[in-house]
Amino acid sequence: MTALGTPGLDARLVVDRGIFRLDVALTAGPGDVVALLGPNGAGKTTALRALAGLVPLTDGHLRLDGAALERTPPESRPVGVVFQDYLLFPHLTALDNVAFGPRCQGVGKAEARALAAAWLERMGLAEHAGARPRRLSGGQAQRVALARALATRPRLLLLDEPLAALDARTRLDVRAQLRRHLAEFEAVAVLVTHDPLDAMVLADRLVVVEDGRTVQEGTPADIARHPRTDYIARLVGLNLYQGRADGHTVRLDAGPSLTTTEVLTGPVFVAFPPSAVTLHRERPTGTSARNLWHCEVAGLETHGDQIRADLTGELPLAADLTTVAAAELGLHPGTRVWATVKAAQTHAYPV
Amino acid sequence: MTSPHDTSAAVPDTLTGGPRRGRVRTRAARGAPLPLLLPALLGLAFLVLPLVALLVRTPWSSLSDQLTSPEVWQALRLSLLCATAATAVSLVLGVPLAWLLARVDFPGRGLVRALVTLPLVLPPVVGGVALLMALGRNGVVGKWLDAWFGITLPFTTTGVVIAEAFVAMPFLVISVEGTLRATDPRYEEAAATLGASRFTAFRRVTLPLIAPGIAAGAVLAWARALGEFGATITFAGNFPGRTQTMPLAVYLALQSDPEAAIALSLVLLAVSIAVLAGLRDRWMTAS
Repeated sequence: MTALGTPGLDARLVVDRGIFRLDVALTAGPGDVVALLGPNGAGKTTALRALAGLVPLTDGHLRLDGAALERTPPESRPVGVVFQDYLLFPHLTALDNVAFGPRCQGVGKAEARALAAAWLERMGLAEHAGARPRRLSGGQAQRVALARALATRPRLLLLDEPLAALDARTRLDVRAQLRRHLAEFEAVAVLVTHDPLDAMVLADRLVVVEDGRTVQEGTPADIARHPRTDYIARLVGLNLYQGRADGHTVRLDAGPSLTTTEVLTGPVFVAFPPSAVTLHRERPTGTSARNLWHCEVAGLETHGDQIRADLTGELPLAADLTTVAAAELGLHPGTRVWATVKAAQTHAYPV
Repeated sequence: MTSPHDTSAAVPDTLTGGPRRGRVRTRAARGAPLPLLLPALLGLAFLVLPLVALLVRTPWSSLSDQLTSPEVWQALRLSLLCATAATAVSLVLGVPLAWLLARVDFPGRGLVRALVTLPLVLPPVVGGVALLMALGRNGVVGKWLDAWFGITLPFTTTGVVIAEAFVAMPFLVISVEGTLRATDPRYEEAAATLGASRFTAFRRVTLPLIAPGIAAGAVLAWARALGEFGATITFAGNFPGRTQTMPLAVYLALQSDPEAAIALSLVLLAVSIAVLAGLRDRWMTAS
């Protein structure tokens, strides 16, 4: 636990809403970027609103740089928010939107506008200072929103789905810019997203939230390699199973056994990418793969330049194969196939 | 219940629908079945005919004499003054009331809204009687106003303003509340996260956002106040120069000098048309 006076964020957010309960702990030091990643309805936005003071805490605590903020109203918290659809004030110019915060903090009009102009300059938006939000592109509006939040010099910056409102092309640029601005930001940043790529590019640490609870926490690389729930496994594109290990063999909860290179005992996760799976129409002979299961094709879809096959049967799994391979195998829903996975391509780790 | 906002938006369309609309209407009329078309045309005639009759019977030759008489100017001046003052009162009290109804969740909100809406449907004469009971010399509150401050409200120009505001304010409240409900409350949250108190957020964010709704509501309230008759005559009486507004003058003139009544009515009709035109061009199309 962070001691009183320690810089950074130390929070346990509990929000009770009848059937839904959010209970998430968050800690971060100055300069950290933490991403709350989770499916829709997991409670990420509620957590963000609780940090901003827009939703009261039912229980828990919220300390920022050692100061308790649970009972502080939103306007008195040193917190800046970039809302999902930015919520730029439509009747004010970009400049006045950014100057709004400093003005509320008691900065004089001329000084606030000069400050705002400097922020817009920093965001590369100097020539759009006089534009109303309606005239700004999605990427520009996003940067004005970021400048507006940063202009109040917050000690905690909150970003709600910062890239969700942008089209794919803009997203790429804005993501890179946002990453740069977040890297320069000296206090704590918390962003909420359902997009694993955004989370992994922008954040130093991920907190995966499902159904109001933290299910996994760690660096992007760690989470991508060691997923602990089906949701995360799907996000990072891995087949994930739980089972009990005994040496090289893991008896999966789903039924069959699986051979791995790791030597472990006790409850483990086993993960392997869909590209590690090879499919055969006839039972393969003479193959070194000991992980062999009889399956049935449940569905096929294109996945980039590959075909992803959803298989059911002995072991439900996803397999990627080239279009040519899929055609040669004559795959269609209902086809019976044999699936093999080389032990070297699986990865087992303790629960 | 249809909001007054909607009703007045529909009227100017039928009044001054452009040529583009005209073509559409002709095509629709050809396909309109007789059982609908006949009552529709009858209804239209019913609404338009009295206004045409007013124009037909207008004593155009003596009109300028009628309108330049000091009594007419006195009544018109008083009407404009009182309607404007009543609108100002409605704005100062009604906009915060609308905000309260739209943005603050308090027990009995539905009841409060019903009470605010009541003067919309209450016969104005009943409103006048109720105002007398409250603010009259022996009224629940008026008694104390008289005893402590020596203030008498009934049968004064202030009384006219009060009667008009009582009848007109609900129009403004309903209009502004509707606009507030249509405005994303998260703008106020965004303002709060930027350090704005709730009042600052209201003043610098909400108020500019709902300005068109406030303007439309103010015009509706003003028009309603200008035409107010029942509550005014009951609460403020009919004293020329002090409480005799245009509608009262029209009614009184009809007994003695019908030509003067027609001339006065014409002035009010002109003001009403100007209000509708203003609403249509400046706010209804913009919003």
